[in-house]
This record gives sequence, structure tokens and C-alpha cells, in this order.
Amino acid sequence: MGLTNKSTGKSLINDDLQITRQNNSDKVIALAGNPNVGKSTVFNELTGLNQHTGNWPGKTVTNASGEYVYKDKKIILVDIPGTYSLMANSVEEEVARDFICFGNPDMTVVVADATCLERNLNLVLQILEVNKNVVVCVNLLDEAKKKNIDINLNKLSKQLGVPVVGTSARSKKGLDKLKEVIYDVAFKKDTTNTFKIEYDEKLENIIGLIEPTINKYLDNKINSRWLALKLLDIDNTLHNTLNKFLEFDILKMDDVINALENVYKYMLENNIEKENIRDLVVSQIVRRAGRIYKECVTIKNEKYNEKDKKIDKILTSKIFGIPIMLSMLGIIFWITIAGANYPSSILSDFLFKIQDKLTIFFEWLGTPDYIHGILVLGVYRTVAWVVSVMLPPMAIFFPLFTLLEDSGYLPRIAFNMDKFFKKACAHGKQALTMCMGFGCNACGVIGCRIIDSPRERLIAIITNNFVPCNGRFPTLIAIITMFFVGTMSGITQSFMSALLLTTVILLGILMTLFMSKLLSKTILKGMPSSFVLELPPYRRPQVGKVIIRSIFDRTLFVLGRAIAVAAPAGLIIWIFANVKIGNLSILSHCTNFLDPFARVIGLDGVILMAFILGFPANEIVIPLMIMTYMSQGSMIEFSNLSELKTLLVDNGWTYITAICTMLFSLMHFPCGTTCATIKKETGSFKWTLISVLLPTLTGIILCFLVANISGLLMMIF
Amino acid sequence: MDKKILSLSDLEIGKTGIVSFLKSCGNERRRMLDLGLVKDTKIEALYKSPCGDPTAYYIRGAVIALRSEDANKIIINEVD
Repeated sequence: MGLTNKSTGKSLINDDLQITRQNNSDKVIALAGNPNVGKSTVFNELTGLNQHTGNWPGKTVTNASGEYVYKDKKIILVDIPGTYSLMANSVEEEVARDFICFGNPDMTVVVADATCLERNLNLVLQILEVNKNVVVCVNLLDEAKKKNIDINLNKLSKQLGVPVVGTSARSKKGLDKLKEVIYDVAFKKDTTNTFKIEYDEKLENIIGLIEPTINKYLDNKINSRWLALKLLDIDNTLHNTLNKFLEFDILKMDDVINALENVYKYMLENNIEKENIRDLVVSQIVRRAGRIYKECVTIKNEKYNEKDKKIDKILTSKIFGIPIMLSMLGIIFWITIAGANYPSSILSDFLFKIQDKLTIFFEWLGTPDYIHGILVLGVYRTVAWVVSVMLPPMAIFFPLFTLLEDSGYLPRIAFNMDKFFKKACAHGKQALTMCMGFGCNACGVIGCRIIDSPRERLIAIITNNFVPCNGRFPTLIAIITMFFVGTMSGITQSFMSALLLTTVILLGILMTLFMSKLLSKTILKGMPSSFVLELPPYRRPQVGKVIIRSIFDRTLFVLGRAIAVAAPAGLIIWIFANVKIGNLSILSHCTNFLDPFARVIGLDGVILMAFILGFPANEIVIPLMIMTYMSQGSMIEFSNLSELKTLLVDNGWTYITAICTMLFSLMHFPCGTTCATIKKETGSFKWTLISVLLPTLTGIILCFLVANISGLLMMIF
Repeated sequence: MDKKILSLSDLEIGKTGIVSFLKSCGNERRRMLDLGLVKDTKIEALYKSPCGDPTAYYIRGAVIALRSEDANKIIINEVD
């Protein structure tokens, strides 16, 4: 859920392999490592940027780049997605592999987790094989210390033949040393590593049969030993990337074809199956990593962290696991609703007082009425509504959600819910992408890259919109507050609101599961594939940092986007409301046109139009409704949120309208950004269309049922 | 030491086993290998999800959750 202006919106659309150097002396450095080892934290600390961080594997799925200057030299750092190995299984891992192997970085910094170094070394060794300039950064040293893990960094450096730096990036320890070492390796050429993975005799023979032939084509751009083994079980994506990189197809060269034939003959003679090659390669690397690990690491207590184990036993227990999860969700909503009430009304009072002042100012200037109308009643008032309705809940929800994310709880949600997703024939990590959807559906859709099976990834993408994003919460909260808990007071009111909101969210989750199942049984037939979910150690979230980051990076950014959309929308609404064709304003023509259909599904023309005009950003739906109702005749002047209900009821809203509007808000077409992202991620117009149609049709059908069944019931009773 | 051969999905919570071989192939096998699940790797069953599946295992310093279908394909020797 990296909701910063870099990770949402249009900038998502390009993640280039090539990073441009402005100057020949600039160095491009790849930051690689296993998932969730703190790469993004190291990245932020080095570059001073605010790449979003969180405690769960799969958070970074695209390359992010930033730069810093050290001793007058510019260094461009590329934060690449976490990967367990260079034998890519999923799209995010492909992004990582392609950059390390074919992105031509001047050097690679491999970040490794000190608390589980053995597995991390597996990747370190693979990268040492393909990249000449490597620095290993052993991060999370402080956590390792707490777990009584002692790492001899000097010995490790000798074993690997490259510099090793120990850091604790979260508390900013060891980073100066890291900068220094990066500088040394990048700008002094004599540090090139000579690391070579020694394979057993048979594999070495195989390499010997093909390496000399391909070597002459590679011009030292790719490690020939690595590629020799890769060519034996090359897949399509790697083949394509390789062709693009070399600008010719190495597998079409006659001598390469011959060499490969010799290899296959050798394999046949020695009873080595193609399938086994990778096994042999990997197990030899893993064993080598194991040996190095034993040499350099001493652990006093080899058991898994007892404290984490105890927490997990409770948070994932049969009795408490799911209730705790639901109440956690409920509490977050409760704090959001209760906390947002008061600032919301202060903000609206304040902003509408300014509106009055603006009106006086325009009267004093003597500008024509329509200018005042467009600027103040159109643009300013819509923006004021967006700010006062949206800002407070967002400013509370985002930091709370980030705290949860930072603590490491999200993967436990996926762990708890996996059985349901399995029953829906979907991927267990879909629970993670669904959680991301709470922040922003576009981010959720990109996050689906962590799912490696294409079928399950598509399901996760198409159904992501069934959980309401942060832009839709305020709509739901406002309607719940006005229509369902309005008569209650104080704590009971906010508590009941939270309960109802949680119910709505649960409905969204149920629909996600149901639709996943439906897709699995119809257009995306298939069985769930295997998956691996890592449960990271819990970390105490850095509260202050989280609050500041999430307000500046996310809340203000999202608000900015909403305002950017709200201003022109307010302008259009005002013009439409005031320009008349025949006896009616354009606005009335539009809403009248939509009205008959909207009535059938329990809404009205205004609501439906607000949703349609809210396509660029869901945040403006409620403000647009208010503006439209207010401009249609009874121009009551009111500046208080609680008076809103009167306006709605005056315009014919009933409980049924409220329920249908909430349902439609939960289930309708994804916003513009999300649609563009789906198109980009699936590369297909068809799947984008399905992602639009599925939730829209579901919403229409459900609203229709609710409106008509309740209508019938009311006729009977 | 008493040696019992069983699949990982049958390993009781709290018990430890040593990987003997993998039955899976293709992508699935790759994913297991990436985790360092090669022969002779120690693996401990930590806890189950509230619905009984998946199960969390301790593998080479990390906690990894596997569905029973996947754990089924990992053959281990139980140690006590």
C-alpha cells in the first residue's frame, strides 16, 4: 500500500529497466535482497526519500529509484522488489531478476536479514555469481543481537570475497560505513569479486561443454557460467528479456545449438534429467550457503523467538484468531469514526465561514454574479465539502492502518484467512492484496504481483474493488452516521457506526470470496496453486515516524488528488445547474435522464450521477450529491454536517435509499486510476472491462433486490 | 535416534523433522528450494491457522506458512 505520489497514479504506468545516468561518473546501484529484510528502510535512510516501508513480504513490487551525493559523486540507488532467488517465480521477482541481471547496475548491494542469514545467503551467492561488484549489507543486527545471534562479519567478508557491512537501518546504525564502502567499491575498480560457485563434477562438465561457445557472444555483459546453466531450462520470459538485452537470439546460433545438443547427450549418458539440473544447482548453492553460515554465525539459543511464538499462538489461535482480527478491524473504524466527528464539524464551520467572507469580498469587488457562482458556490464549496468530509477520517485511518502494517500483523491476517481463500480456489496472498485495497484499490491491484500464478493473480485483480478503499470509507461513514445511528449519542453512536461499517466491510470480503469462487468455476477455471507465506517477526512500530509519514505521504497526497478532481467537478456542476435548456437546467436534464433507471435500483438520478462524475476519485461522491441537491431548487444554506440528513430526506431519501447507496458505493466500477492500473497490469482490455462490469453488475443486482424486496414487504405489511 | 518417515503435513505441532526428499516438481519445487528446503534441512512445526490449515513452520531461521497440499509433498524423517 505504498500510497505516495510516486507509487500511485500515472507514475505507476512506467517501471523502466533502464535508469539514465545524467553524468558519466554517476553510478547506478541496485539494492537487492530477500523480501522484508529492510531494503526500503536502507533505501530511505541513504537517499532521504520516503519510499513506503512496512513489515510484510511483498510490499515493494516495482523498482523505485533515488539518488544521493557522497564525496561529490552522485549515486543512483534502485530499490528492487524482494526475491528469494534469481530463478524468478512471480512478476515481482522477475522485475528484480531482470534488473540485477540485465539492468546493467554498476554494482549491487545485497541487503540480508541478520536474523535468518542462512537463507539470505542463498540469494547473496546467486548475486555474487552474476554481478562483479557486490557489497553485502547485513541488516537488522540489533534484532539479531536480541535473539543472541552473533555474526562474525569479517569472516563472512573473507568467505564471500566482498565487503560486508553490518547495519541496523531503522535506528540508523552502520549507514555511514555502508555509504563509505559503497563509494569505495563503486569508484575504485580493484575490488571486483572473484567469487565462483564450485559445482560438482557433472555440473562443471556441463558448464564446460557450453560456456566457451556462449562466452564469445556475451562480451562480458553476462556471467557465462550462470547463463550456461540457465540456458538448459530457460523459460519464455527470461528468453525474451535475454533477446532484448543481447539484441539477437542466442539460442538460434548454430554453434550454441550444437553445444546444447552435446550437453543433452552428456546428460542422457549420465542419467541427468532436465528437471534435475535446477535441483542440483540450487542444492549446491544452498549447501554452500549453509557451510558459510556455520563458519560465521554462532547462535546461543537456536529456538524460534519465544515471545513471537507466544503472540502468534494467541493471534492465530482457533478460538481467538478470527475474533481478534475482526475486533481489530472494528476498533480501527471506531477510532476513525469517533475521532473524525469533532474535527469534521470544526473544519466545515471554519471553511464555510470563509465562504461567507469570500462572498462579501466578491460583492465588494462588484464582479458579475456568475463569476461568484462558479468560483465560490461551484469550485470553493465542493472543495470545502471534500476537505471537511474526507480529511479527518483519512488522517486517522491511514496512520492506524500503517501501524498495523508496520507491526507485522498483515501476514497473520493472510494466515488466518487462507482456508477461506483456498475454498474459493484463490491464492492465500490475495488476503494481503485485499488489505492493501483498504488503502487504495490501485495499490491493491499492483500488489497482486506477489501472486505468481497468473490465474489467481487475475482473480485477485478483478475482485480487489470489492473492498472499499479509503476514498469510499467517508461515504459509508457519513451515511451510517446520518441514517442508522443518528438517534444515539456519544460513545454508543460511534461504537454502533463502527459495528455497522465492519459489517459492510465483511460483506465486501464475503463478496470477494464469492466472486473469486465464481470466477474460478467459470472464466478462470482452475485449482489453487501452491504458495509460500512468510510470517515475519513482530516489530514495535515507530509510532511518531508512522504518523508523520502517513499524514504527509499518503493523506495529503490523496486529499490533493481528491481536491484536484473536486474543483473542476464543482465547476461543471455549477455550470450545469445554471445553464438552462428549455425550462430545465442541463443538470436536471442529466439527472432526469438517469432517474428512471436509478429508481429501479433504489437510488435516484442525482446519486447515480454523483457516482458517475466521481469516476476520477470516489472521494467526491458525497460532496457532488450535496452540491447537486442544493443547486436543484431549495437552496437551503447550511454549513453543518448534521443538517445534511434533512437535505437528503427532503430530496426523498429513505432507509432503503441509504442502504442501496452504501451497497452501490461498495460495489460499483473501480475509480479511474484503478481502471488504468488494471489495464496496465493485465495488459488486456478484456480483463479491464470484466473488472468494471463484475462489481457494477453485482451492485446493480443487489440494489435492485434490496429496493424491490423491501418495497414488496412494505406493501404487504 | 528413532527415525520415522512421514510427510511434513503429518508432522505434529511442536515436533521437528529432517527433510528427506521433495515430491513436488516444476515451479512448486523451485519455490521450496528457494526456501532452502533441500535434503537434511531441519524443519519444526510451529502452529496451525485457526481453520486448521495452513501450518506455520520454522525453516532456516524464518517462519513459513505452507498449505497442507504443499506440505504433503515434502517427505521428512521425524526426530525427537
